[in-house]
Amino acid sequence: MTDMSNHPRPAGELVLSLRGISKSFGAVSALTDIDLDVHAGEVVALVGDNGAGKSTLVKTLAGVHQPTSGTITFCGETVTMTDPSAALNLGIATVFQDLALCENLDVVANIFLGRELKPLQLDETAMEVRSWKLLNELSARIPSVRIPIASLSGGQRQTVAIARSLLLEPKLILLDEPTAALGVAQTAEVLNLIERVRDRGLGVIMISHNMEDVRAVADRIVVLRLGRNNGVFTPDASNQELVGAITGAADNSVSRRAGRRQTQHDITEGGQA
Amino acid sequence: MTDPAKTNATATIMLDRSDVRVKHETGVGGAVRAFVDRVRSGDLGSLPVVVGLIIIWTVFASLNPIFLSSNNLVNLLFDCSTVGVIALGIVCVLMVGEIDLSVGSISGFASAVVGTLWVNQGWPVVLAILAAVAVGGLIGSIYALLFNRLGMPSFVSTLSGLLAVLGMQLYILGSTGSINLPYGSAMVNFGQMLVMPRPLAHIVAALPGIIILLTGIRTIAHRKGANLSAPSLGSVVVRAAAITIVLELIVLYLNQDRGVPWMFGLFVGLVMLMNYALTRTQWGRSMTAVGGNREAARRAGINVKGIYTSAFVLCSMLAALGGVLAASRLASASQQAGTGDVNLNAIAAAVIGGTSLFGGRGNAYSALLGIIVIQSIANGLTLLDLSSSLRYMITGAVLAIAVIVDSLARRSRVSHGRA
Repeated sequence: MTDMSNHPRPAGELVLSLRGISKSFGAVSALTDIDLDVHAGEVVALVGDNGAGKSTLVKTLAGVHQPTSGTITFCGETVTMTDPSAALNLGIATVFQDLALCENLDVVANIFLGRELKPLQLDETAMEVRSWKLLNELSARIPSVRIPIASLSGGQRQTVAIARSLLLEPKLILLDEPTAALGVAQTAEVLNLIERVRDRGLGVIMISHNMEDVRAVADRIVVLRLGRNNGVFTPDASNQELVGAITGAADNSVSRRAGRRQTQHDITEGGQA
Repeated sequence: MTDPAKTNATATIMLDRSDVRVKHETGVGGAVRAFVDRVRSGDLGSLPVVVGLIIIWTVFASLNPIFLSSNNLVNLLFDCSTVGVIALGIVCVLMVGEIDLSVGSISGFASAVVGTLWVNQGWPVVLAILAAVAVGGLIGSIYALLFNRLGMPSFVSTLSGLLAVLGMQLYILGSTGSINLPYGSAMVNFGQMLVMPRPLAHIVAALPGIIILLTGIRTIAHRKGANLSAPSLGSVVVRAAAITIVLELIVLYLNQDRGVPWMFGLFVGLVMLMNYALTRTQWGRSMTAVGGNREAARRAGINVKGIYTSAFVLCSMLAALGGVLAASRLASASQQAGTGDVNLNAIAAAVIGGTSLFGGRGNAYSALLGIIVIQSIANGLTLLDLSSSLRYMITGAVLAIAVIVDSLARRSRVSHGRA
């Protein structure tokens, strides 16, 4: 799957374009002058250290926070998202890191929360069937969709959250750490799913700390550092380049650690020679 | 090449039965086993309040046989209806994890509004009642405004409302202090005497069973059609029959005296309407979601402020309606209306019935069950000629026990992986 990155994919039309987005919480500037483009059929990975502003950016795009300044262009039109439902109605679906599920409701109720079929006489049967279809597409291991979220494991909750984001057939999906809580097989399933979503012509923004996952699916890697753009890379960029951009220095704890190991390795090799 | 028998077998596996790790109970025996399992894991539902009610009734019946007479039970139902309607409103605000401490004052104020407009100003009684309920809704929308716009905790805003609304009640009643509602008027008859004709009461008591049977059969057909597991027809029939038999026996017993009060019929009708709204509509789903996780509800695109507003407004309107019913029961609108233990009885009823104080858990029937418990205690102690001091202490103890049972059950639910 990585060989795609060697031939830059033909970029689809521009789905999302951010220009000069800033967001401050009191004296703290969480985001400063962020520019970001996402095309249809493209996976953009957002990487950065803790506190780089990744989650703030995602929440801004999801309508949870409103930017202090800057413009958001979605499908060619300048938009302002005053609340999460505005973002959902535009076609931006988000899977939050803190999964934003209601633990006291069952799986079906969570997947359809705010989008129930037949509001005045809920169509439980149709909603249950659709839930099973969505979950089966994700190869989910959910024992029953009629149990409350409180009794599911972290990975199962993640699957429910992703299934919910797909319900509305969005144009752009934001995934905040989608694989953080998942097992090996489920991680592979989610990465497969991300590719399937991309091949359907949707734009995907994915936050991850796992460079392996990022390289596996991303078409472009956008690095944030201390709330600013700090370079755009392709998946074949070296680990050193990426880590350098993330930490902001060629000489960083990761490179020092790598260097130390290399030296030890050389010494051992030298000793044997 | 695929084995046709195997393909066929896969196709017949029901959508919700494909996970082999889950145990599924079937049939009537299975339903009973599932119920026992649920109770053991701490999902008690209405069980504690039903058990508590049986204990309370046994004790009072052994102390004074009059307690269980038809005549006394009809009185009990009349008395339940007024505070019960208020408790139904409390269920609404508790569902979203808020509280309204001013329901007693609102009910008293509503009775004063009806008395003033109807008796003193000569308005038609229906208009006066509508005006009182509308005033209740207005007070609720003020609480919602304070909560949504200014972030004022409902605990504080309704506590100040408790005083302010009581002040308004005293103000409009003026120096006379109380207004007598004319005996013989439709409103007072409704609160004191009107009962359903006997055959009609039996027909009404048969309705829940019929509804359960019809919706059950329809659900089975829908779920089978959608390749989902369905409850067996037998279990639906047994449930419907059991409920019908119990209700018909109750009606038969009450009919030996005056019969089923219309006021109680109104209360139960409101409870069933609220139950439908909370469990079968998008609004009810949103109420539960906001009570369970407000931020998750907001991110799902739910109009959270609108949901809070609807809860506060509905609670105050039901409180006002309860006040109107109380006025018709007492045939007066006085300065004492809605004071004393009305407030806490309404809140205690909702909690004793099983609605959580912390939001996101509860149902409309808790108002019905809880108020029957509280009125049984009040009524039984009155029959024993005990003073209200003892009544307060015992009601307080019952409330404490109810909350203890709820929190113990919650702990058990957590360890058994239920919400």
